[in-house]
Amino acid sequence: MTTLSLDSVFRRLRDTDAWRSVVRHGTASTNRNRSLVVFENLFLHVHPVKVREKTLRFTHTYWLGGIALACALILVATGVLLMFYYHPSVPQAYRDMKELEFVVDNGLFLRNMHRWAAHLMVFATFLHMMRVFFHRAYRPPRQFNWVVGVVLLCVTLLLSYTGYLLPWDQLAFWGVSVGTNMAKEAPLVGEKARFLLLGGNIVSENALLRFYVLHCVVLPVALLLMLSVHIWRVRKDGGVQGPPEAPRGKEEVR
Amino acid sequence: MSTLPPIELVEGVDPVATPRRIALVRPDRRPAVRTTDEKYVMTFPNLILREVILFQLVVIGLALAAILFDAPLEGIANPLETPNPAKAPWYFLGLQELLHYFPPVVAGVLMPALVVIALVVIPYARINQTAGPLWEGAGPQRPLTLAAAGGAVVALFAAFRCWPIAVPTAGVLLAMFAARGGAGAGRVRRALTKVTLPEWIMVWFAIVATILTVIGTFFRGPGWSFVWPWTRAVAF
Repeated sequence: MTTLSLDSVFRRLRDTDAWRSVVRHGTASTNRNRSLVVFENLFLHVHPVKVREKTLRFTHTYWLGGIALACALILVATGVLLMFYYHPSVPQAYRDMKELEFVVDNGLFLRNMHRWAAHLMVFATFLHMMRVFFHRAYRPPRQFNWVVGVVLLCVTLLLSYTGYLLPWDQLAFWGVSVGTNMAKEAPLVGEKARFLLLGGNIVSENALLRFYVLHCVVLPVALLLMLSVHIWRVRKDGGVQGPPEAPRGKEEVR
Repeated sequence: MSTLPPIELVEGVDPVATPRRIALVRPDRRPAVRTTDEKYVMTFPNLILREVILFQLVVIGLALAAILFDAPLEGIANPLETPNPAKAPWYFLGLQELLHYFPPVVAGVLMPALVVIALVVIPYARINQTAGPLWEGAGPQRPLTLAAAGGAVVALFAAFRCWPIAVPTAGVLLAMFAARGGAGAGRVRRALTKVTLPEWIMVWFAIVATILTVIGTFFRGPGWSFVWPWTRAVAF
């Protein structure tokens, strides 16, 4: 009998029919298998099999879009967990905040994580936009992806803003009151739009329910769709564009 | 892998037995093939591992923040008790600060709409994209037009006593006009010539947005009066 090491166990596991039915390729020890890792995986195949080495440098993108995406994933994970403990009704919504703080295991940590991730996502998205602008990465053929990015920034702000009301404390109530009072000033549609958003003329229980549905269903779905387009277009438009390059003498025309 | 047979070159005069391929090159359409010596690396593991590490760093950073700083929670919402000042979330405090200077329809609707429209048209507005010196090759008309437009913006904001916008606008204009090429100019002034017009506008927007947000977040107290940040707690 051969000696049993962790490595050999993993190797045998990888050779089982069950494992091979999930991951069809062998270990990524050859470039062929490394290619298969990328293009046989639904989630990784937005990547090309090979990337330009310089796009991996920190100063190429500062990884800002990646930070925003990481925040989005963390927000979905913590947000779903928070939904298990939350009722979008008055005054239960506020009581649920207290429950999270004092009763639920790690409930406060969960809410903290969700809140700081939301702030970071807004900030990182803004910096990402600045990075893309000053690297002139919005220029053809990437014009449309810039527009998608602007939409994503708006969706991010709306997500953050609708979530702001949900704790139903003074901060939430008056923060949202101030914001929606501004919307009221829009000519012609302002009043109606505000009524539609709040389900009434003031921030009330109806507004809480509407913001909850927008925050947990409508806007996340919109974000997911636009984010998919955004990331797919990055690939289709030729990969991430870093700092503008001076015309290179080395480049030869045959 | 089997090796390919070597390519045989057959020369002959019989066009049926050895056809020749003829390429017509029009002088106005030269088929240029760009080749680069750029280095490519495998996405797995080079990029994927970096992405995983980035994700983990974000998780760790946020977890630390979540352990150290608690999310604020005030008393239950009470429509009868208005806090003073009542503040929107921080990313809207720039707009709320504008409310201090402009009527609500301007600060709450017109300006944010203009910002979004301006952001959307950026890639389609092809103005001065060459990154060359702004004044080079241009007659006196361009500096005069820009000075008039910039001066009008400064005057407009000054008329509303909106100094947080008027002053930075004037500063950016001065920097714009300080751009000078040539050997006589200093390093900074020469560097300024590399900034394109869209970049000047974005720098201006970023500076103004930052200043307004910082003032609205940290320097505004009861009745939207000016206070020093250390005199009151800031809740995010």
